[in-house]
Amino acid sequence: MKNPSFASNRLVARDLIHLVIWTILIVIVPEEAGFSQDVKIPKLLRRVTDFTNTLSASELDAVEQDLARFEDSTSTQLVVVMIPTLGDQSIEDFALRTAELNGVGQKKRDNGVLLLIVKDDRKMRIEVGYGLEGVLPDGLAGQIIRREITPYFRSGDYYSGIKAGSDAIMLATRNEYKAEPKRKTTDLSWIFGLLFFAFIFYMMMHRARRSMGMMRGGRIPMYYGGGFPRSGSSWGSSGGRRLDSESGSGSSGFGGFSGGGGSFGGGGASGSW
Amino acid sequence: MKKSIIVLLGILGIAVLAVLYSIRVYNNLFGMNQGVGASWAQVENQYQRRADLIPNLVNTVKGFAAQEKSVLTDVVEARAKATSIQVTKEVLEDPGAFAKFQSAQDQFSSAISRLMAVSENYPTLRSNENFLSLQNELAGTENRISVERKRYNEVVQGYNTRRGRFPGVLIANVTGFREKAYFKAQEGTETPPPVKF
Repeated sequence: MKNPSFASNRLVARDLIHLVIWTILIVIVPEEAGFSQDVKIPKLLRRVTDFTNTLSASELDAVEQDLARFEDSTSTQLVVVMIPTLGDQSIEDFALRTAELNGVGQKKRDNGVLLLIVKDDRKMRIEVGYGLEGVLPDGLAGQIIRREITPYFRSGDYYSGIKAGSDAIMLATRNEYKAEPKRKTTDLSWIFGLLFFAFIFYMMMHRARRSMGMMRGGRIPMYYGGGFPRSGSSWGSSGGRRLDSESGSGSSGFGGFSGGGGSFGGGGASGSW
Repeated sequence: MKKSIIVLLGILGIAVLAVLYSIRVYNNLFGMNQGVGASWAQVENQYQRRADLIPNLVNTVKGFAAQEKSVLTDVVEARAKATSIQVTKEVLEDPGAFAKFQSAQDQFSSAISRLMAVSENYPTLRSNENFLSLQNELAGTENRISVERKRYNEVVQGYNTRRGRFPGVLIANVTGFREKAYFKAQEGTETPPPVKF
């Protein structure tokens, strides 16, 4: 008598699970996979990102190095993104969302610039963060596009155009901000480790006094033994991430890019060639 | 006797909870209302910035295309009308008045578009460095306006949603937190109107 209702409960549960899984597969995954018309906003891992395979590896490295050094000395983040096409999307909208979602520029200073090139559409835009609108106003951004970049792009020399453009942007924004001296905040993670150990040590002492023998004392190393590698690695990685975004460079001379959280207001200029 | 004390305590407890809840709702709305005000200030800043660009633009165009009298006067008049509307707190809560403000600004946008379209017919003007810079500044400002309007709408949506939820809406009505107006997307302002000669 018990079995039929128990079996039917399991059937309903299984059907429900199937429904959820198929809903996810049919509805949510296509959205996530970018089946929609909108071009998806790229997550930037380097300062120069070329989705069109136009620039050679050495050209990419050369610009990357320039931009990384610029960030090191001024804290200003200038990033270059080249995509093939935007479809129906407006370049202003795409540039702003890319810059904001990636947090180009430092959080309090908003000193980020994005140079976006849409190769097949023959359009480009310089998106300027709040903090740089004074030294890189719209008129100047437009001038850089017209005078420095467009001539090269018209003759198909994308590398020179990008180099000339980024040089001009760096020249304009060079003196606005200085990189802060490397703060010691990256070292703070070890304090948590110390506190954690101190706490465990205290607990051990406390328990050892109360416990009857080695049994209780022995359980503690296993308890935090299971948890320790996890928490240790998360501190390690978060410390590493902080190190990365602050100095922007690893031991190899220039490391990966991670946005400092800067904001944008829609300033800058667009152009075409 | 005990029962009546318990009932009394129960009622008192509920009353205290209601008061605490009301305080929380009020404070939330107060904070969000400030956010709406700040966001509105940003929108106004950008509209003002655009208005400030226009005299220079008009003078530059006059230097090359003084005969385009009607288009130039239209811009100057539209600017005067748009900048004459004061947007007070009451306007933000009055959809009709707010729509009037938006309409004046949109008409200003149209007049500017017509001026820029006409300027395309003058090659010397089109290649003038000052004009090109102004064109960039104008485009940048229009972009900033649209960004700030979008952000304002988002902030207002948060506020209106919080304000309108039951039972918080009862407190909101009593303490004078009213719904704010949204910017509406106007049909047909995307393309500039054709220039008539």
